[in-house]
Amino acid sequence: MTSAPETRGSSTPTAVDGPVSSGASSTSALLSLRAVTKSFGPVQALQHVDLDIPAGQVTALIGDNGAGKSTLIKTIAGIYAPTSGDMYWKGEKVSVHSPRDAEALGIATVYQDLALCDNLDIVENMFLGHETTKRGLLDEIQMELKTKQVLGELSVTTIKSTRQLVGSLSGGQRQSIAVARAVMHESQLVIMDEPTAALGVSQTAQVLELIKRLASRNIAVLVISHNLNDVFAVADRVAVMHLGTLVSSGPVADYNTASAVELITTGERATLSHANPA
Amino acid sequence: MSSTESTTDEVPPKAGLAKELVKRLRAGDGGLLPILIGLVALVVVFQLKDNVFLSAGNLTNLFIQATIFILLAMAEMWVLLLGEIDLSVGYSAGLGGAVAVVLLDPQFHWPWFLAMALALVVTTLIGALWGFITIRLGLPSFIVTLAGLLGLEGALIYFLDHQGTGGSVSVQNREFYNLVNANLSPLFTWIFVIASVAVFSFFIFRKDQLRRSSGLDAVSLGVTVLKIVILALASVVVTLIFNTNRGTFTTLRGMPYAILVDFAMLAAGSFVLTRTRPGRYIYAIGGNSEAARRAGINVNRFRLLAFTLTGFTAGVAGLLYASRLGGVSSGIDGGNLVLLAVASAVIGGTSLFGGRGRMVYAVIGGLVIATIYNGMALLNLPAAEQYGATALVLLVAVALDSIARRGSAVGR
Ligand SMILES: Nc1ncnc2c1ncn2[C@@H]1O[C@H](COP(=O)(O)OP(=O)(O)OP(=O)(O)O)[C@@H](O)[C@H]1O
Ligand SMILES: Nc1ncnc2c1ncn2[C@@H]1O[C@H](COP(=O)(O)OP(=O)(O)OP(=O)(O)O)[C@@H](O)[C@H]1O
Ligand SMILES: [Mg+2]
Ligand SMILES: [Mg+2]
Repeated sequence: MTSAPETRGSSTPTAVDGPVSSGASSTSALLSLRAVTKSFGPVQALQHVDLDIPAGQVTALIGDNGAGKSTLIKTIAGIYAPTSGDMYWKGEKVSVHSPRDAEALGIATVYQDLALCDNLDIVENMFLGHETTKRGLLDEIQMELKTKQVLGELSVTTIKSTRQLVGSLSGGQRQSIAVARAVMHESQLVIMDEPTAALGVSQTAQVLELIKRLASRNIAVLVISHNLNDVFAVADRVAVMHLGTLVSSGPVADYNTASAVELITTGERATLSHANPA
Repeated sequence: MSSTESTTDEVPPKAGLAKELVKRLRAGDGGLLPILIGLVALVVVFQLKDNVFLSAGNLTNLFIQATIFILLAMAEMWVLLLGEIDLSVGYSAGLGGAVAVVLLDPQFHWPWFLAMALALVVTTLIGALWGFITIRLGLPSFIVTLAGLLGLEGALIYFLDHQGTGGSVSVQNREFYNLVNANLSPLFTWIFVIASVAVFSFFIFRKDQLRRSSGLDAVSLGVTVLKIVILALASVVVTLIFNTNRGTFTTLRGMPYAILVDFAMLAAGSFVLTRTRPGRYIYAIGGNSEAARRAGINVNRFRLLAFTLTGFTAGVAGLLYASRLGGVSSGIDGGNLVLLAVASAVIGGTSLFGGRGRMVYAVIGGLVIATIYNGMALLNLPAAEQYGATALVLLVAVALDSIARRGSAVGR
């Protein structure tokens, strides 16, 4: 893991097919993707993506608009079925056909579009699909108390009532709810697609802090962000996507802002920028 | 319902009731108040024109007339909440009624409960079939159930023509006839009403009390008591109406069984929608089905469930309708019935786009439509004007609702 990141040109993907055991770092990875490809008709959104996500570490996924980041995490989360390729969970091959399957593995996701129901209130959204019940009936009191507690831990203070409809919240408040929902239940992998895009300064700091806390509890975190400052603040590992290909991945120490920007925009690292002082 | 209901609970403890009401009206969150005011206005107009309107006999009759609209609107509610529609409920109800009536005929002589059960099975399967086709083929439910409307009309005509009784069948069974045409005794009417009020009060009280004791925002004890008092007063008034003698030659008192069925369906439907997971998921799917799917909800299963419940409820409506009319004829206008059912739901405040509505909306909307029909018939106004008035009320109700919602927290 201390070696320099493997960097490949987007046009010539070196096939790293085969099972997990062939990769050096994959034995310790919680989730490994091998040659994952996804096309939407003629559009190749993902091409032979290989990625290892270790537990207890924050992996930052970066790349330009349309690079395929959201497509990748939606494939992991069971929203899209991959066109080809394999997924390994703790070294075992798994197939995730639906969000339910991903959830059963222990994957929680904050989507870029948040995926909230505007006609439901905050509590109802927080527990959607995981309602607390008492004798088979919804336990509203318990759910509301827990919601208040979780929002309190995240220092979400600008919300007037937890019974407010989510449709009436501001963009940032909605995003806070989506993040809170994903971390409320015990998961082993938390995926966040631009979790701080709409957040104010203090909320962003809170969420970055939360991401570190998750990793320290041995939870794997995969976070997408366009903000390189945030990336370098929280990430243990970096993965760069360019036009549907994963062009580079490795420990954060192997990257600096200049090399990251270059990889994002050109997909290649021609310069010797990775010779940065760790 | 949960969303609307829960806004009730976020009022700070010390807010006065009147202040709270004004505030919520201004925010476009008056709930049922605007339409209730409209209903009262209609009642006042009709009573001024003809003072028979508010007589016990006419009001009881009005409730019975409203039953078909209420139950069909409740049937429609399940799919409307998903943003779907079922245009076939009118003929589905007709077919259900016809099946029960035929099985009760001396030539088959089924026990009344079995005949009714089989009729309900038929309509439930019909609803499930539309759901299945809609989901499996990914077709718009509007089209699928439009085909259903036409197909079921054909099926009803075929079925009744083959009974050899000239395209209609009449009720030959006392119990079935009594569904709508007999009453609880006045004593049992009181017992039923008092028991219901006690149970509801208990739940209202316990819910508010639990919220207060858990340290959550809740209404003050005074507001809770006021809610219960209003409920009790309204129930006493309704009971007095039902228990007044409305017979001309014989004594006729007590609550018609049909009203019991209305209450039971309202309670059961509201319970499912607000207190259970399937109910919660139906709202979620209607609001944002992709979000529901990503939350791990098996969206298609609950869509199928909603279509099935629509079929079942339509069957209940059909049984009461057949009982009231004393039979079923192939001339029944199922197309008109379904449109009035949708109108009832919408007048009550249901959104056609899904995600917003409560069972009680169906009751209020059904009562509004029945009031118009009943009142205009009393005034001997021709059918043309009844339709005109219904059209006007529908438009006004929807427009008011839309204007109110522009400033509302729902944002829709
Ligand atoms: N459902 C879809 N159907 C067709 N094409 C799609 C679909 N989803 C994504 N794409 C295409 O796949 C490519 C990658 O999209 P994706 O949303 O993964 O980008 P992204 O890296 O998340 O970008 P951003 O930073 O803007 O969110 C884009 O060219 C997009 O047009
Ligand atoms: N449709 C609505 N109904 C009720 N309240 C609303 C509605 N839209 C916004 N609000 C409330 O108004 C306040 C301001 O919302 P607004 O969306 O303007 O915030 P903002 O400054 O854009 O915040 P952000 O940076 O999070 O996007 C919030 O408290 C929000 O809950
Ligand atoms: Mg994206
Ligand atoms: Mg904003």
